[in-house]
Amino acid sequence: MIRFESVTKKYGKKTILNKLSFEINQGDFVVLIGPSGCGKTTTLKSINRLIEPDGGKIYVDGRDIMKENPVELRRKIGYVIQQIGLFPNMTVEQNIAVVPKLLKVPKEEWQQRVKDLLNLVAMPYEENAHMYPSELSGGQQQRIGVLRALAASPPIVLMDEPFGALDPLTRDSLQEEVKKLQKKLKKTIVFVTHDMDEALRMADVVIFMDQGEIVQMASPEEMLQNPASPLVKSFLGKHLNNGAVLLASDVMKSRVLKVHREMQTLQSVELMRNRDVNSLIVINDDETYAGTISIERIKSAGKAGTQIGGLLTMEAPVVQVSDPAQSAFELLMESPTGYVIVLHEDQTVAGLITKTSMAKAMGETLWGGDAV
Amino acid sequence: MSFTEFIQLNQREIMSSLFQHLSLVFWAVAIGMVIAVPVGIILSRHRKMAAPVLAFAGTIQTIPGLVMLGIALIFWGIGTKPALIVLSLYAILPILRNTYTGITDINPGYVEAARGIGMTSMQRLLKVELPIATPTIIGGIRISTVYIISWATLAGLIGAGGLGDLIWTGLSTYNTNYILAGAVPSAIMAILFNLLIGGLQRGITPRGLRRVNP
Ligand SMILES: Nc1ncnc2c1ncn2[C@@H]1O[C@H](COP(=O)(O)OP(=O)(O)OP(=O)(O)O)[C@@H](O)[C@H]1O
Ligand SMILES: [Mg+2]
Repeated sequence: MIRFESVTKKYGKKTILNKLSFEINQGDFVVLIGPSGCGKTTTLKSINRLIEPDGGKIYVDGRDIMKENPVELRRKIGYVIQQIGLFPNMTVEQNIAVVPKLLKVPKEEWQQRVKDLLNLVAMPYEENAHMYPSELSGGQQQRIGVLRALAASPPIVLMDEPFGALDPLTRDSLQEEVKKLQKKLKKTIVFVTHDMDEALRMADVVIFMDQGEIVQMASPEEMLQNPASPLVKSFLGKHLNNGAVLLASDVMKSRVLKVHREMQTLQSVELMRNRDVNSLIVINDDETYAGTISIERIKSAGKAGTQIGGLLTMEAPVVQVSDPAQSAFELLMESPTGYVIVLHEDQTVAGLITKTSMAKAMGETLWGGDAV
Repeated sequence: MSFTEFIQLNQREIMSSLFQHLSLVFWAVAIGMVIAVPVGIILSRHRKMAAPVLAFAGTIQTIPGLVMLGIALIFWGIGTKPALIVLSLYAILPILRNTYTGITDINPGYVEAARGIGMTSMQRLLKVELPIATPTIIGGIRISTVYIISWATLAGLIGAGGLGDLIWTGLSTYNTNYILAGAVPSAIMAILFNLLIGGLQRGITPRGLRRVNP
């Protein structure tokens, strides 16, 4: 749909775009991201010839754009800029209809189009069409900016940090709306941002630029798994798992019931019944781990009046706090007891890993701290 | 003879001077506009030319009115023609300057948006730049009109008529009534036109360009 072939742009001696080559497929939502001044806007404006490169070729729909009339080219490509893109001397309706009017679309047709578009973003025609931009909120203005870009049904829409000046809540809802519109109307969108959240949320393909070159062009998933450079990594920031390995201590629960080995068998059975568990963690006098005891074990081998110390088993798997969670996970899956004991270095009990504690910890790493 | 008696007695002469004055002002400002607005637009498209042209127009403005009238007298003799030429020249600068800055001061975002969605240079001018600059341009016309109303009194000196005629007659015959009959209407005219054009300026500014009250 859009193809850059070795596109170069210089201002004086400074190279802004350095032999940029890439291809954007029809229907893709492509996000350009990178540090300030890396050439995102220059790349975007090259597509509708607001900026003309010094070298290389750009094809839109297979045609070399330098051979097209720039005015006609632009009417086929929607364009949304940050903030004040709407004409202050025109109403909402006049703003949205401006390109269809330039294209001499009959009045009934563009008026219907304005109504349909306003409906898409839940801004009813009667209430909004005759307002001036200065009478709308920032979020509403930018919605109209997006609608104006869509009004002539261009297959391609370019957006340069369209939501940069909006508050986070408004930005969220606009991101969602635009993504929905894009899918519904099957547009090819090229979107500039320096907000990685926004990029990951909206993009089918992310193009990461630095100093006029492409550092990485990949799907958000691919970029997260395999950031091509430390700079990409730093942009991904909190979205990465930082490569840190999850430890046994991250997946255990630390508030567990421990009993001393001198406890009477009868007493321990009662305790287990009260707490609705079928085994107990047993510790020595010096608080070190001694073993576990289960109801079945007492029933089969215990005599009334004896201490549990003599009946302990070591059947529960044991890991150290600093062991990787993955090995604890494997032990847990094979464990006959359904749990894994976690010990501190001094052999005292740190906690217990159960299937529930494991699932909870995994949920937190996958979906963030407060998901569970 | 009291001033009111004088007015009643010379009603016809005063009225005809008033109309002459009005028509001098009207034509001077109209000619000034016809020249200044297009030139201002052209300068906004060729900004490198703007500084020297505006400086030149500014210099003309600083030449005293009497000197200009004297020069015009030498070239075209006495009458309405030289007066109109000089007054039009004075009307140009405020309109020219306001047209130029009105267009060039527009937020570059509007211009970029207009280009980006596919307007030709002419469409951009007619649909975006001129509408947004109109209040500023009318502001220039307002300044010119008020100036020209008072400067036109000088035109009486070279036989162009108008309220200036009455004033000069009064001055040369020590007749206060004549002086007043010329000075008072021209002062009222200046104040009136200032208000009138100010109202027009507000009236034709699209709602979206007026300051929105919070
Ligand atoms: N007209 C110009 N003349 C000279 N240098 C320019 C011009 N326009 C842009 N530049 C330079 O080109 C570089 C790239 O600019 P561009 O606007 O493409 O950056 P960007 O990636 O969009 O940055 P940002 O995130 O800050 O918007 C910058 O260093 C900028 O200073
Ligand atoms: Mg930019």
